[in-house]
Amino acid sequence: MNPLVDVRGAVKRYPGVTALGGVSVQIHRGEVIALIGENGAGKSTLMKILGGLIRPNDGEILIDGQLTQIDSVAKATGLGIALIHQELNILDNLDVAGNIFLGREPSRFGMIDRVKMRIEASALLKQLGLPISVDISLDKLSLAQKQMVEIAKALSQRARVLIMDEPTSSLTLTETEQLLKIVRDLRASGVGIVYISHRLGEVKDIADRVVALRDGKNAGELSKDEITHDNMVRLMVGRDLDRVGATSASAGGENRLIVRDLKTSRYPGRSVSFEVKAGEILCLAGLVGAGRSEVVQALFGTDGNLGGEITLDGVPVPSGNPQGAIAAGLCLVPEDRRNVGLITEWSVKTNLTLPGLQRYARAGLIDGKSESAVAAHESQSLGVRTPSIESKVADLSGGNQQKVVVGKWMLQNPKVLILDEPTRGVDVGAKAEIYELMRKLTASGVAILIVSSDMEEVLGVGDRVAVMHEGSITGILDRTECSEETIMRLAVGKGQES
Amino acid sequence: MRKETGLFVLLVVVCAMTAIKSHNFLSIENLINESRLIGMFGIFSIGLGMVIITGGIDLSVGSMFALLGVVLTMLLNPADKTWPWPFAMMNGRFWPWPVAVMVTLGLGSFLGTFHGFLITRVKLQPFIVTLCGLLFYRGMARYIASDDAKGFEDAKGFEALKEFTKGNLFGVPMPFVMLVVLTIVMWVVLHRSVYGRHLFAVGRNEEAARYSGINTKRIVASTYILSGFLAAISGILFAFDTNSVAPSMTGNFYELYGIAAAVLGGCSLRGGEGSILGIILGTILLQVLQNLVNLLGIPSSLNFAVMGAVILSGVLADQLITNRGRTVRPKTGG
Repeated sequence: MNPLVDVRGAVKRYPGVTALGGVSVQIHRGEVIALIGENGAGKSTLMKILGGLIRPNDGEILIDGQLTQIDSVAKATGLGIALIHQELNILDNLDVAGNIFLGREPSRFGMIDRVKMRIEASALLKQLGLPISVDISLDKLSLAQKQMVEIAKALSQRARVLIMDEPTSSLTLTETEQLLKIVRDLRASGVGIVYISHRLGEVKDIADRVVALRDGKNAGELSKDEITHDNMVRLMVGRDLDRVGATSASAGGENRLIVRDLKTSRYPGRSVSFEVKAGEILCLAGLVGAGRSEVVQALFGTDGNLGGEITLDGVPVPSGNPQGAIAAGLCLVPEDRRNVGLITEWSVKTNLTLPGLQRYARAGLIDGKSESAVAAHESQSLGVRTPSIESKVADLSGGNQQKVVVGKWMLQNPKVLILDEPTRGVDVGAKAEIYELMRKLTASGVAILIVSSDMEEVLGVGDRVAVMHEGSITGILDRTECSEETIMRLAVGKGQES
Repeated sequence: MRKETGLFVLLVVVCAMTAIKSHNFLSIENLINESRLIGMFGIFSIGLGMVIITGGIDLSVGSMFALLGVVLTMLLNPADKTWPWPFAMMNGRFWPWPVAVMVTLGLGSFLGTFHGFLITRVKLQPFIVTLCGLLFYRGMARYIASDDAKGFEDAKGFEALKEFTKGNLFGVPMPFVMLVVLTIVMWVVLHRSVYGRHLFAVGRNEEAARYSGINTKRIVASTYILSGFLAAISGILFAFDTNSVAPSMTGNFYELYGIAAAVLGGCSLRGGEGSILGIILGTILLQVLQNLVNLLGIPSSLNFAVMGAVILSGVLADQLITNRGRTVRPKTGG
C-alpha cells in the first residue's frame, strides 16, 4: 500500500541559507512519526511545505502515490493534511464551536447555522473526550484545552495526516498525558501523525518511528525498539552529550533573596514564603496554573504584589515596577521571550544593551563604539550563534534568542536572576549551554530562581525544589529528597503537611 | 535611510516638474514664503512624529492652534469687560508679551500633559483622548472669542515679538530658522540618545520595553507633552503669520498635515519606526504640493485631492518596493 505522504528529496533554499537540503520522509496510515532535531534543523520548514505555507525549490511530494503540488493551505486541507502550529491559531474572542468551524461556518441563506455548528462541534469534542461546552469562549480555556480545540478543528476537516509542532511545550504532565491518549486514539483510527517535540521522554512513549533531521538533511531513523534517549540525542546532535545534571558547587551560602508572605493577584487568599541562597539554584515546580509565574512576576514588579515583603541582601526590594527590581539587582528572564523578553525586530546588539543603555552613554547620548564593543563581547562569551550582532533577533533559533535574553541581564550584573521556563522550545544543545551559563552565574554567587515544568530539568538543575499547588508552596525539597513521585505528589496537593 | 532617499527623489521630481511648468516656483519671493510655511508646519509635525513613533496619535493639535491663538491675542490685547472669565479680569490692561508667550507655551504643554495622563494612567486610547481634545479645544476657542476673529491690530506693546516671528536671519524667515535648529536638536535626541532609543523600544514593543526596565508610561507621556509644547510654538507662529486668529477656521485639518508628513516620512502608525529627516522631508513635500496647486493654476478646490493622491501613490510605491525587496524570511527548525 502506498504511504499517505511520501516526501522525496525536498529542498528549500532561502537567500543565503539552505533550510532543507534534500529531505525524504514517509508517513503511513495509523503511524506516529516523531520528527526530532535541534532548532534550525529544518523540521518546521518541512512541515510548512506539507501544510502548503511554502513551496519547495526541488523534490517531489506523493500523496497516496500520486505526484502532487501542495501550493496553498486550502490545497493541503483538501488533501487531508492538517498542521497544528507551535503558536496556536485561534481567536480568543470566539467560542469553541466558532473556532472549530472558523472560515467554514455552516450557513443557511448567508446566516450562520448555529444549531448545526454546535451539534457537530460537540460530537467532535465527545470523540476527543473533552468535557467542555461548545459555547465557552476560548479565553476561558487552558492552553491544553485550546490545543484540543485545534485538534478538533483538524478532525472536522477530515484530516488524514495530522502534523503537531511542539504540542506539549506549554502543557502540564496530566494535560500531556491526555493529549498523548488522544494521539493514540487517532492513530488507532488510521490517522497518520507527525509529532515534533523536544521532549524525548514523550517521544519514547508515543512514537512508532523516529525521523531525525540535522542541518536540513536526514540524520537517520530509529524503529520502535531502537528508540532510546541516548540514540535520539546522538542522531540530533551528531555526538554524545552529557545529560542534564551537576548542581552548583557552591550551593548553600547566605540567604540572598528572602520572600515573606507574598500575595499575588491570581491567589489573593494565599501567600508564599521562601528564600534563595547565594550560589544556589532554587527551582519552583508545580503544575501550570499553580501560580508560579505570578510569584516571579510579582517579585519583578510586573504583576501586582498584594502584600508581603521581598528583601535582597537585607534591603527591601521596591514592588510594583521593574525599574526598582532591576536597580536592586533582581532580573527576570520571562516566560514569553518572543513578546516580552525581546524586541524581536531589533538586533542582537540593541536587545543586549537595552536595559543598561545608560551605562554606554555620556550626557544621555549613546556611545556607539562602547555599545557595540560590549554587545560583541557578551554575544561571543554567551556563544550566541548569529552572523553578526547587527542581525535581527527574530532570525535566531529559540535557544540563541534565549541566550540573548540571559545576556541582557548578565550585563546588569544581577544579584538574583529569575528564569521562567528558560528552556521551553529550546533544543538540546542550547539547553546544555543555558545550564552552563546558570552554573557559571551561581559560581560567582548569584542566586537563581527558576520556574520549570520540565521534570528532567527540575530534577537535574535545582539545588532545592519548591513545589507549588494552587497558590501555596506545598513543600520545599532538598536535592536528596527529590524524585518525580514526591514532586508530583506535592504538585497535585496531596503532599504531607510540612 | 532608504525610505528617506525615496522620498527625497520624489520631492526632487515634484520640485523639478513644478519649476519647469512655473517660473515663479524658484523665485526668491516664493522660496521665502514656502520656507516660512515649512517652518511652521515642520515644528509641530516633529512633535506629532514623536507621538506616532511610540505608537500613539495626537489629533488635537489643529484645534490647539485655534485655542492657543485666541488665548494669545486676548493676553496681548487690552482686555475687554465683555470677555469671559478670567480674561475680563484684566479690564483694559494687557500682559507683557514674554508673559503671554510663556502662558501660551505653558498651556500647550499642560494640555499635552493632560493627554499623557489620560493615556498612560487612566489607560484611555490616544485616538479617543485627542479626538475629544480636537472637539473640546475648538469649541472653547470659539466660545472664548465669541466666535469672532481676533487680531493683533498694530501690535502695541509687543512689537518685538511680532518682528521676531515675522523677521528673518540673513534673509531666511525665522520659522524656518527655528525649524532647522529644532531638527538638529531632535535628530540628536531621537537617533543618538538613550531617550530616543527608549522611544523606539516603547513603540516597537511596549511590554518588552517595560520588562527591560524602561519607564514606559513616562516615555509615552513625554511625547504628548512635547507635541503640546511644539504645537504651542507653531500656534504662535501661525497666529502672527495671518495676523489674526479665526477660532472656527485656524488650524482646521492641520493635525492631518502633521500625520501625513510623518507617515510619508516613514513613521509607522503601528509605532517603532520613523526618523526626523523623514518627517521634515514629508513636511516639505506637502507644502510643495500645496504650492504646486497654486502655481500651476489647478483649481484650489482640488487641493486636498492632489495631496491625497500623491500621499497614496508614495505609500503605494514604498509598499511595492519593500515587498519586492523582501523575500520570505527563513524560519527553520522547531
